[in-house]
Amino acid sequence: MSYFIQQLLNALQLGSIYALIALGYTMVYGVLGLINFAHGDIFMAGAFFGFFTAYLLKLPLIPTLILSMLLASALGIMIERIAYRPLRKAPRMSLIITALGISLFLENFTRATLGGQPRSFPKLLEIQDFTFLGASVTNLQVVIILVSIFLMLVLRYIVQNTMIGKAMRAVSDNKEVLALMGISLDTVIMVTFGLGSALAATAGILVGLAYPVIDPYMGITVGWKAFIAAVLGGIGLINGALVGGFILGFIEIFAAALLPSTYRDGIAFTILIIVLLLKPTGLLGRPVIKKV
Amino acid sequence: MAMLEVEGLEVTYGNIRALRGISFKVEKGEIVTLVGANGAGKTTTLRTISGMTSAAKGKVTFNGKDLLKTKAHHIVRYGITHVPEGRGMFGNLTVKENLELATWTRKSKAEVKKNFERVFSLFPRLSERINQKAMTLSGGEQQMLAVARALMSQGELILLDEPSMGLAPILVKEIFRILEEINKEGTTILLVEQNAHMALKIATRAYVLETGTVVMEGSGQELSKDMRVKEAYLGG
Ligand SMILES: Nc1ncnc2c1ncn2[C@@H]1O[C@H](COP(=O)(O)OP(=O)(O)OP(=O)(O)O)[C@@H](O)[C@H]1O
Ligand SMILES: [Mg+2]
Repeated sequence: MSYFIQQLLNALQLGSIYALIALGYTMVYGVLGLINFAHGDIFMAGAFFGFFTAYLLKLPLIPTLILSMLLASALGIMIERIAYRPLRKAPRMSLIITALGISLFLENFTRATLGGQPRSFPKLLEIQDFTFLGASVTNLQVVIILVSIFLMLVLRYIVQNTMIGKAMRAVSDNKEVLALMGISLDTVIMVTFGLGSALAATAGILVGLAYPVIDPYMGITVGWKAFIAAVLGGIGLINGALVGGFILGFIEIFAAALLPSTYRDGIAFTILIIVLLLKPTGLLGRPVIKKV
Repeated sequence: MAMLEVEGLEVTYGNIRALRGISFKVEKGEIVTLVGANGAGKTTTLRTISGMTSAAKGKVTFNGKDLLKTKAHHIVRYGITHVPEGRGMFGNLTVKENLELATWTRKSKAEVKKNFERVFSLFPRLSERINQKAMTLSGGEQQMLAVARALMSQGELILLDEPSMGLAPILVKEIFRILEEINKEGTTILLVEQNAHMALKIATRAYVLETGTVVMEGSGQELSKDMRVKEAYLGG
C-alpha cells in the first residue's frame, strides 16, 4: 500500500512536469497549427535561467521562478517574432523545419557558451522527508505537484475567463474575423508563446530541483514526451494536455515498476504510435467534422 | 466630404480582376446597398474596405482617414464593423463569448452592458442560448449572432454581407426591421444583399455592380423601378 502511494506521488510529479510542457505545445498548435519543436529547449533554457538567477542573484525559490518565467517568455516571444512570424503564410513544412532549426540552435548555442557538462542545480529548497500514509514523501515532491497544479489553474482561468484567453480560443476558429473584432492576431500569438514558455520554464526549474542536474540537451527527451502527452490528450486542447500529461506520467512510472527500466523511454513512443493509429485526434479530441 | 469614399478601387486575385476601378460613397446616416449578380465583386468591395483584402489601386477613406494602408484590426477602431459573408462565427466559443469578443475595442463596461441588453431584446432567441457553443446553433441563429455581434461593436458604419442569407422569410423581415431601427438610431449602413427587393426598399441609395464595375446608381426607389434592374435582380 505504501509502495503504491509512493509510486502514485512519483507519477503525479512526473505527470505534472509533462502537463506543464504539453500545455505550451498545445496552445501554440491551437493558434498557429504549428508543432513548436523548439519548445523542449525553452524548458531547458528555463532551467538555465533559474540556475543563473539562483546562483548570480542569489534569489530564493519563488522570485527565481518568477524571473525565469519572465525571461523564458521573452525568449519564446522573440523566437516567434524573429523565426516564425515571417513564415506565417509560408507552407507548413517551412515552419516545421524552422522550428527544428531553432531547437538545434538553442541546444548548441547553450552548449557552446556554457559547455556540455551537466551542472548541479542550486538547492533552493531545504529537502525534508516525512511519511504520509506509510509512504516516504519529500517536501519537494509536494512543492512540484502544488506549483504545477496552481499554474494549471491560473492558465485555465486565463484561457476560459479573460478576453485574451477567449481570443486565443477564437484564433483556431477564424483568424480573419478576429481582426474584424479589432483583435490583433500578432498580439494573441505573442501572449500564447509567452504563457507557454513561462510554464515550460517552471517545469525546467522543477526538474532542476528534483534531479538535480541540468544540461543543454535535457529538453530533448522530456520535450518529445510532453509532445506525446499533448497528442495523447488531443493536440490543441488545453484539457487534453493536462489529461495526456498525467496519463503519460502514470503509465511511465507504473510500467517502470514492472518492466526493466530500459523500456521506460520506449513506452511513450509506443503510446504515440498507438494513438496516431487508433485516435489521431487524441483522447479528448472529437473527430474532425467540417460543418457546411 | 462623405463618411466613406471609394475612388477608382481595383482589386485583383492573381489574374482575376475582381474590381475594375469602382467609385461610390456613403454619407453619414444613409443606408446604401450594393446590388449585383454572383461574382460581381460585392464581397470583395466590403472586404477591401475593412482591410481583409488588399487593393491594387485606388483610394478608400473613412472620415478622411486612408483605409488602404491600415490594418484590419485598426480599421475597427475607426468605427467600421463588418459582418462578413458566411457568418464568421467562433464555433467553439459560446454565444456570450462571441458577443464579448466583439466588445474588444469598447472600454466602457456600462456601455457593453447596455449593448448586451439591447442585443438580447432584439434577439431573445440568442439570450436563451447564451451558453451554447456557436457551432451548435442553427444556421439562422448563427446569422442572428453575426448581426448581434456587429451591434455589440457599435461602429459608426456597419458593412453587412448578405445578412439575410439562409433565414426564413419572417426572420428576413425581422433583420431588415432591425437594420432600419439601428439606422434611425444613427448607424450608417452599407448593405450587400441577394434579396435586392428588400434591400432597395430600405436603401437611401444604391449602386449596381457588374463584373467589377459600377453600372448604375440612384436612390433605392429609382432603382427598384428601373426596368433593367427589375429584369436582372428582381426577377422581372
Ligand atoms: N480569394 C479569391 N481568390 C480568387 N478569386 C476570388 C477570390 N475571392 C473572390 N474571387 C473572385 O472575385 C470575383 C468577385 O467575387 P466576390 O466574392 O466579390 O463576388 P460577390 O459579388 O460577393 O458574389 P456573391 O453574390 O456570389 O457573393 C469572383 O469572380 C470571384 O471568383
Ligand atoms: Mg459575396
